[in-house]
Amino acid sequence: MRNFDYQRAGDVAEATALHGNDHSADFIAGGTNLIDMVKLDIMRPQRLVDVNRLPLTDLESLDDGRLKIGALVTNTDLAYHERVLADYPVLSEALLSGASTQLRNVATTAGNVMQRTRCPYFRNPARPCNKREPGSGCGALEGINRNHAVLGTSEHCIAVHPSDMCVGMQALGATITVEGPGGTRDIPFEEYHLLPGDTPEREHDLNDGELITHVTLDAPIDGARGHYLKLRDRMSYEFALASCAAVVAMDGDAIREARIALGGVGTKPWRSHEAEAALSGQPATEETFEKAAEAAMAGAVAHRDNAFKIPLAKQAIVRALATVTAQG
Amino acid sequence: MTESIIGHRTTRIDGELKLTGKADYAADHNLPGQVYGYPVPSTIARGRLVGLDLDAARQAPGVIEIVHRGNFPALQHSDNNPACGSEGRLFHSPNTMAEQNKVGEARLPFEDDGIHYEGQYIAMVIADTFEHARAAARLVTARYEEETAVPGLFQTDDEGEEAGDEAVSRGDPEGAFESAPVKFDHTYTIAMETHVAMELHASNATWDGDRLTIYESTQGVVFQRNAMAQIFGIPPEKVTVIAHYIGSGFGSKLFMWPHAVITAVAAKMVGRPVKTVLSRQQNFCSAGNRPASRQRIRMAADRDGKLLSIRHDSQNETSFVDAYTESVGSGTPRVYACDNVSVSQRRVQVNHGTPTSMRAPGEVSGSVALEIAMDEMAIELGMDPLELRRRNFAERDPSADLPWSGNHLRECWDDASRRFGWEKRNPQIGSMRDGHEIIGWGMADATWEAMRSHCKARVELRADGKVQVACGTQDIGTGTYTIVAQTASELTGVPLERIEVKLGDSTLPAGPLSGGSMATATTLPAVAGATRDAIEQLKQLAIADGAPFEGKEADALTFENGTLSDGSQTLSFAELLDKLQRGMAEGEASAAPGEEQDKFSFRSFGAHFVEVRWDPGISRLRVSRVVSTIDVGRAINPLTARNQVEGAIVMGMGMGMFEETEYDSAGNIYNNNYADYIVPVHADIPDIEVELLDNPDYNFNEFGVRGIGEIGITGMAAAISNAVYHATGKRIRDMPIKIADLIASR
Repeated sequence: MRNFDYQRAGDVAEATALHGNDHSADFIAGGTNLIDMVKLDIMRPQRLVDVNRLPLTDLESLDDGRLKIGALVTNTDLAYHERVLADYPVLSEALLSGASTQLRNVATTAGNVMQRTRCPYFRNPARPCNKREPGSGCGALEGINRNHAVLGTSEHCIAVHPSDMCVGMQALGATITVEGPGGTRDIPFEEYHLLPGDTPEREHDLNDGELITHVTLDAPIDGARGHYLKLRDRMSYEFALASCAAVVAMDGDAIREARIALGGVGTKPWRSHEAEAALSGQPATEETFEKAAEAAMAGAVAHRDNAFKIPLAKQAIVRALATVTAQG
Repeated sequence: MTESIIGHRTTRIDGELKLTGKADYAADHNLPGQVYGYPVPSTIARGRLVGLDLDAARQAPGVIEIVHRGNFPALQHSDNNPACGSEGRLFHSPNTMAEQNKVGEARLPFEDDGIHYEGQYIAMVIADTFEHARAAARLVTARYEEETAVPGLFQTDDEGEEAGDEAVSRGDPEGAFESAPVKFDHTYTIAMETHVAMELHASNATWDGDRLTIYESTQGVVFQRNAMAQIFGIPPEKVTVIAHYIGSGFGSKLFMWPHAVITAVAAKMVGRPVKTVLSRQQNFCSAGNRPASRQRIRMAADRDGKLLSIRHDSQNETSFVDAYTESVGSGTPRVYACDNVSVSQRRVQVNHGTPTSMRAPGEVSGSVALEIAMDEMAIELGMDPLELRRRNFAERDPSADLPWSGNHLRECWDDASRRFGWEKRNPQIGSMRDGHEIIGWGMADATWEAMRSHCKARVELRADGKVQVACGTQDIGTGTYTIVAQTASELTGVPLERIEVKLGDSTLPAGPLSGGSMATATTLPAVAGATRDAIEQLKQLAIADGAPFEGKEADALTFENGTLSDGSQTLSFAELLDKLQRGMAEGEASAAPGEEQDKFSFRSFGAHFVEVRWDPGISRLRVSRVVSTIDVGRAINPLTARNQVEGAIVMGMGMGMFEETEYDSAGNIYNNNYADYIVPVHADIPDIEVELLDNPDYNFNEFGVRGIGEIGITGMAAAISNAVYHATGKRIRDMPIKIADLIASR
């Protein structure tokens, strides 16, 4: 950790003003990810703007049925909020499957949206990484890549997106509201995180100096049920090898509408419209689920160590769908 | 006479100190003028260090000094490190168990300009704060001539060097194998593991003239004192090593690592106390590991299951700077009755940090292969795996012409199999189901040699009514403080609250390493001897001229519940000392193994029965139940003893299902942190039902204890693998078992 300056902002305007579109400055909220990376010397901010005092800690049910979540709502508060438990259980399950109680107690909603990859090559300044140091190469391509992505990869980066929360939000549909030097704007959740392509260092659609103020969940799908299934080596405190957020609304024995998002396999929180199309209007049978799983993973590309993730992700999809459609 | 406290479930006497943060661990000490060291690790696995640019680091805030090869003093001289032989700049590395000065890595820091593994120290920055030292360490840039690394045992064709002293042969294993009706030849591997003790390695060194004091997280204050004395060429009396509390070591803290030497040198250079706390990442590279091993087992039996031949040939990784031998086959000639057995061991040099002892070193690795092989033999024979083991029970130690002091393995089998319900096992693969899950049942034997070493202790009966026991061993979290106090309480009748135990200080009477499951059997006889000696000294004071029991025979006095009596007059030792105006009565003793070692073979045995649940629909494998019965002689404190076995079982789950220190093809470590190096967490840990048989082994020592730290981990990974076979029909011979190994099975 190198010395840095520290400033505390009282409101959003002050925060963005203090940040001032300065490349050497970063916002800090819960700090569970940022401080870790500063200690590893892979982020070297010269100035931190503390946004913890900003009035962004509320959850608000909007008249149109949406849920507006303040950027500073902690993962714990979000997971146990009555509206989330009642209308968005997939999000609660996703949140509670991540990290540990201690981390969730301080990790924030916007911080989780901004969470960066756990790729060990990214996290080690002695190793090449196009995300951390554009043009330096990708250590994971020829290295150990058991935990890496099979969807959305490029020849420059195969780092997997680590968040569980974002997978839940991806399935539910949401809007991210940011405020910055250019004013306020809304970004559809699905468009927020970017594929690595030729520019793996660009991880999201956030301009310099912009700050996330809210994440607003779409109104819940009428009659839908949700389930988040996370598969990993051990039962807790590990990032997903493959996970599936499934939200399904039935119409009799047929699936009226389904949302499928995947974690642990994509370079971003992965929404599978292909799987959703394969489910829509179909009977809720194992055969249908397997077709959806095949559709979801049709474009997957494996590297040396992570081929098992493709069948594993299919299993996650099939079981999550079986579970969500079997619920009483 | 009150009820014996030996064998009584006793909560740790140091528990409150730990819970309230008052227990002083090595890194907790802050000395006047304290400064901080932060090592600079090599970022390549093999090559030469040809340049070191320190300018930026020197100018960084708070930097006081940078220690590196260019300013590191030539320490004491000596034995060859083959890695630097051509350099002609040889340092001495003390390295023997007999002299009690073994170190973790024979190469001293900066000894040559070679880079032998990633994470090898190339410099250490000393600064006014930890953060400044760390920040400056990142500003050091190195230039290397990089060479192609040997990234690991499984990525090299090198057969390695034979460790001749490990070779064992009896009978005609080859001939017996050739003519046997049932036989196989299989190879098993175990990934490299790292100890990942919760408490990081830490060293805080300070000099007062030519006297060196070190606060270290160590499992052996005496060993480190001796090693430091040897390295610096000063008498051992001038070195003090303190380790009052240790947050586990699992073997990684038995023998001193290079950071401690650099820290002590740095303290001398800057004339201030230097504290170095290794990062978690550094703990993975330069503080030991359980080396990867490859084992070939050729096993043969007759159709009744009588073992005819076992050949167990193993390789383990070592580093290029020390020759570590993992005694993988050490249990194989001893556990089962078999007339024709051979064992061999080879060391293969790879570009990793030097391996060291890790819980049940050697035998646990060997038990994985041997106990899976026994399961495979049972399958070949169509025999119950427990029955196969019964048919090969060793009535005597087959490797030495000696009777067992006590082998209660049959009782362990009977007890554990009954509690587990083994007789309900359907041997058909995949036949036991529960919803989505297939249930697998497997078992394996556990074993560990019982060892004992030398120990001294001192006991003081004090005028304030307290009893103080002092011994230069240490409590690594296992409960040594408590059992020492129990022993003194038992012999004096003084309650635990008035017993003070001093451990973890090399100025105390020399005690043993906390390792090899030998601390209890080694320490308690000395503590008992010193207690008895103190009581005798008290009696002598009591009958001296002018004393309250003047004229009595010492033998006529009784000492019970802290009081001395001749039948008519009764005085507590505090009252007596007060009358005599004496501060204390002091006793000392030393204890060592004796001629019993020539009469018996001392070994503990046990059995694990494991249930796994395999959900093929989501490729999820879980251990759902463990039932173990272990015979370790007497348990001084059943509470902490059971805790040792349970912890070892969890660690065995790690070995079987999770733990693997990974290096990529360049020899660079991949998963050097708690998130990526997977150990079991609470959610993985099932019901563990441990039963300790209570068969005191009085042949071994007066307390009948054989030690308990290691045995629980042996056999566990094999029992899991055997259960996985029962569930899935997949025979996994490579640890840890991974999702990718199983995902195709349905």
